[in-house]
Amino acid sequence: MAEHKVIDARGSFCPGPLMELIAGMKLSQVGDELEVLSTDKGSANDIPEWIHKVGHDFLGAREEAGVWHITVRKAK
Amino acid sequence: MSDRINIIVVSGARERLQMAAMVASVGAVSGNEVSVFLSMNALAHFVRGAAAPVPNEGEFGALLAAKRAPAFKTLFEQAVELGDAKIHPCSMAMDVMGIEPAALEPWLSEPLGLTKFLDDARDAQAWTF
Repeated sequence: MAEHKVIDARGSFCPGPLMELIAGMKLSQVGDELEVLSTDKGSANDIPEWIHKVGHDFLGAREEAGVWHITVRKAK
Repeated sequence: MSDRINIIVVSGARERLQMAAMVASVGAVSGNEVSVFLSMNALAHFVRGAAAPVPNEGEFGALLAAKRAPAFKTLFEQAVELGDAKIHPCSMAMDVMGIEPAALEPWLSEPLGLTKFLDDARDAQAWTF
């Protein structure tokens, strides 16, 4: 059964949140959703770019009180 | 589409090491074949247990040190572990410093001479820091 995992990368700067997401991806199963919490605005742009480049699913991004919630699904 | 990215790092300054590590790590985890060549002042930072302070080149280096930016060595190691990057110490720099491979971080690849690195880098992107 697919899991929803939260990766708390608040306070880290580029490319820290992306690298934490990728480390989390390595430990996840296909179909799992990963939600990255980031205070780094650049990562909110970079993570979707990386997701599209490598072929995973980008599910959305929203900002709440200065924290970006970027949700992706491992597709392969 | 993957590409080959070759990165030569000779500076021991924080900003250049950080930028080189960023290019290496993001390049590697994006499916590119990344090869890094560490020489001159950069290599001393990759000796096991190296505790020498990393000099800042300018104000930005001080900001990097004060903020929670990922450490450049962590990023280089992630480039290897998550993206299969190869990070080679320069054999000439090792000779000058009088060190053996066992003295360097265990996640580094085998020492490389400049001739081999340049041959491998032919027709590929090359970045110098």
